[in-house]
Amino acid sequence: MPTKKDIQDLYFMDSRFKLLEIASFLDRIDRHDGQADFRHPAFMKALKAMQNPPEGTTRAQAVHLALSDHSTEPAEAATIQFALGAHNEGGQP
Amino acid sequence: MKYIEPHAHMVSRTTADYQAIAQVGCEALCEPAFWAGFDRASAQGFYDYYRQLTEYEPARAAKFGIKHFCWLCINPKEAEDPVFAREVMSLIPDFIDRPNVLGIGEIGLNKNTKNELIIFEEHLEIAKKFDRPILIHTPHLEDKLKGTRLILDALKNANVDRDRVIIDHVEEHTAPLVLNEGYWAGMTLYPESKCSPARAIDILETFGMERIWMNSSCDWGISDPLAVIKCALEMKTRQHSAEIIEKVIYDNPKAFLSQCPNFSL
Repeated sequence: MPTKKDIQDLYFMDSRFKLLEIASFLDRIDRHDGQADFRHPAFMKALKAMQNPPEGTTRAQAVHLALSDHSTEPAEAATIQFALGAHNEGGQP
Repeated sequence: MKYIEPHAHMVSRTTADYQAIAQVGCEALCEPAFWAGFDRASAQGFYDYYRQLTEYEPARAAKFGIKHFCWLCINPKEAEDPVFAREVMSLIPDFIDRPNVLGIGEIGLNKNTKNELIIFEEHLEIAKKFDRPILIHTPHLEDKLKGTRLILDALKNANVDRDRVIIDHVEEHTAPLVLNEGYWAGMTLYPESKCSPARAIDILETFGMERIWMNSSCDWGISDPLAVIKCALEMKTRQHSAEIIEKVIYDNPKAFLSQCPNFSL
């Protein structure tokens, strides 16, 4: 199996690139007018979850869980056919 | 290297894609019935689609030396209207014995609604009635966790043979739920959502190489028909042996699909 150093050799540059993409995305949100919707706090919550995953949870799982719908009952009906990437807690606009 | 593409929507792809996957070793592919990117206006649209999946597409694949198999159902995105869904499902018995049909799929949930769940459960009964394996779609993004849990509950209630059920599109948070319950799991490699090759390999390394496959699920959206073979090459850079790579991209799908009476290589 690869060592930690091997994994860095394989993925550090790509991950560095993606980290800057995230930073720039957040800067872009800050710089533009208007109000961000529910996806912005969900994204920030997921970033925090990634840095401090709950016990027994990987960082990737923590990000998924931060963005997921945790309700347990089936919905009455579908109002949209697609997914937005983050659960809209409280149905914010 | 030889491989099986266990989930691809070739009705949406070009002949150049068939040529490309044949050139890199694809021996067989499986095409689940799915959403066309728009809602069909009538059940007759599905009759034509099932003909395409069982007549035209196998002939097109054969031109490139690839065996083509399919799964039949009405997909969950069009299952919100139970009357319409049942009209479509009534067509399945006319096609289920066609020589390239593997079973019922990709059934499942989309927005986790009551009607989707009812139609999912009725599909399970069709699979049991005709004694066919089942391929299950789990919802996208924020809906995946809840949908996977609802699907697992429904499967438990239906008392299906877990060896003959594959639950697809698993990611880091749902793979252990599926595998720990004894079902097969599928990972989808997409450029913008679901799994990247690196993450799919992480899932394999974390949860093991048993009862799991990976697929491109290439369709009309942003997707890559060569995703499986690209992931296999990335497994090589992660120092996985040729035997392990072949197990994941060939032996595992072959083992699951061989439970389908019509599957052969």
